[in-house]
Amino acid sequence: MENLEYKIIVGLEIHVQLLTKSKMFCSCAISFGERANSRVCPVCVGMPGSLPVMNKKAVELSALAGMALNCKIAKFTKWDRKSYYYPDLPKNYQISQYDLPLAAAGFIEIPLENGQTKTIRITRAHLEEDAGKNLHTTGNFSQVDLNRAGTPLLEIVTEPDLSSAAEVRSLAVELQRIVRYLGVSEADMQKGHMRFEPNVNLHITKDGKEYKTPIAEIKNLNSFRAIERSVDYEVQRQLDEFSRTGITMETGNKTTRGWDDDAGKTVLQREKEEANDYRYFPDPDLVPVEFTDSWLAEIRAGLCEMPIKRQLRFVNEYDLSDYDAGVLTAERTTADFFEEAVKSGGQSKRVCNLLTQVGLKMANEANCSAAELGITAENLAKLAKMADGGQISATAAKTIMEKMTQTADEPKVIAEQLNLIQKNDTAELEVIVEKILAENAKAVEDVKSGGKKSKAAKGFLLGQVMQKTKGRANPKVVAEILERKL
Amino acid sequence: MPRFFFWMAEVMSKKIDAELVKKVAKLSRLELTETEVAEFANQLSAILDYVEKMEQLDTTDVQPLAHCLPISNCLRDDCAKPSLGTEKILENAPDTDGDFFKVPKILD
Repeated sequence: MENLEYKIIVGLEIHVQLLTKSKMFCSCAISFGERANSRVCPVCVGMPGSLPVMNKKAVELSALAGMALNCKIAKFTKWDRKSYYYPDLPKNYQISQYDLPLAAAGFIEIPLENGQTKTIRITRAHLEEDAGKNLHTTGNFSQVDLNRAGTPLLEIVTEPDLSSAAEVRSLAVELQRIVRYLGVSEADMQKGHMRFEPNVNLHITKDGKEYKTPIAEIKNLNSFRAIERSVDYEVQRQLDEFSRTGITMETGNKTTRGWDDDAGKTVLQREKEEANDYRYFPDPDLVPVEFTDSWLAEIRAGLCEMPIKRQLRFVNEYDLSDYDAGVLTAERTTADFFEEAVKSGGQSKRVCNLLTQVGLKMANEANCSAAELGITAENLAKLAKMADGGQISATAAKTIMEKMTQTADEPKVIAEQLNLIQKNDTAELEVIVEKILAENAKAVEDVKSGGKKSKAAKGFLLGQVMQKTKGRANPKVVAEILERKL
Repeated sequence: MPRFFFWMAEVMSKKIDAELVKKVAKLSRLELTETEVAEFANQLSAILDYVEKMEQLDTTDVQPLAHCLPISNCLRDDCAKPSLGTEKILENAPDTDGDFFKVPKILD
């Protein structure tokens, strides 16, 4: 195949399910996994005479997300009907926002692999209702479950500013962090709380001329990995197609392609010859939303430090690696917990290690956040101090932390109970060292002879002392004594 | 300008002929006989002629109307209430399959 020079162009359409108790325009509860059609009312099915009423929380969460995405929040926004005929929306239209979206003209900063950040422009973010689910049976019919119909969704549209599969993934991860930080969404991809639809095409340079491949919109992506893989696949597919057929945006049509995760490829679903005629018009059943300054200020109070800023601050303020800072700031409660423990006197790197190496593992097993393990920030700080002061070993700290989830006892009490306080008493340790040296004349000789063997022999002797003390000797102190004696 | 009004403008500039009636009928999933197509073309043209009179008004300083009532922010608190329940909601369905509405096979 010829070697073509090309640029990858990706824009995203993202649907985020808002974290509300009830639906967008009626009081049916939000559901996942309930009995089919059990959370449906006359408004959901659009029965004559039923009227939608807006969910205030959904409007506020949307505005909050818009603010976090640096958007301008419209002072005046309204509802439009998007007409289409599909059984998952029995009204034959979806309530959405067309020409006056709730939020517009913002941006999101995403971290790049090289440690820098990139700004991706947000075109708009608007509120709309979700459709129900069509289930395709083996028979000659389809089944419809309307439990999901009417669930509030925030649709976010980006400019085509993304230029690699890794960047698309990075944006997805960052957006998930943001909406979770703000409590705007649970953002569980497996449950469909976040749905990403990348629009992908290439600008190819060939013989000094630029060609644009037809845009493909990818659907059915339910993991970050799938997002990245699908864009990578699509880039290669479009390159191959262009080389083979020379079809461009002008000569070909926009397509919709579904991601097949098992096969690892995108499959053609639909080819659009013309734009859909949705015949948007203002919904007469719903009055507009007007934001007053005081209402906006109230919503704005819900903003917090954005995860990417916090991560950077953790690196600078607490001297952590970018990786560790990323792990700690992935969840807001974990980051808060970490900062509380540091404020209570824990050394930042030690607290970080305890949290990332022990806390998050336990949290994962218990299916909760590290802050919910039952350990107080004060006790975590105390534990960190003990480890730093050499009163306990790193291994012991791990054991004690595990125990701390089951009892409110202070780490010192637990350490004593479990007999994990390190021996720092030089005089006592010296006696033990003497004994070990006497018992291992060969090793002592090896150390003294120098060279490669010397280092191994030293390690061996240290190990013997640790064994003798059942791991409770402070290895630092033992090493010092050994150094002196040999 | 909202797309709907573009569409209206397109319709108004064209005048309603049989072809346009058929297009609108298709978008609305309506089946019309040829007689009806001719009849509706006349009726719709008459309506649009009437609406066209408004074009004579100077609307330079008039804001587009989002809603006919001068009110906004009719909101409710986020509280969940019981739904109708599967049995009841399916009572009005033309056809069902277990707990589901049954519809002709959908091809994506």
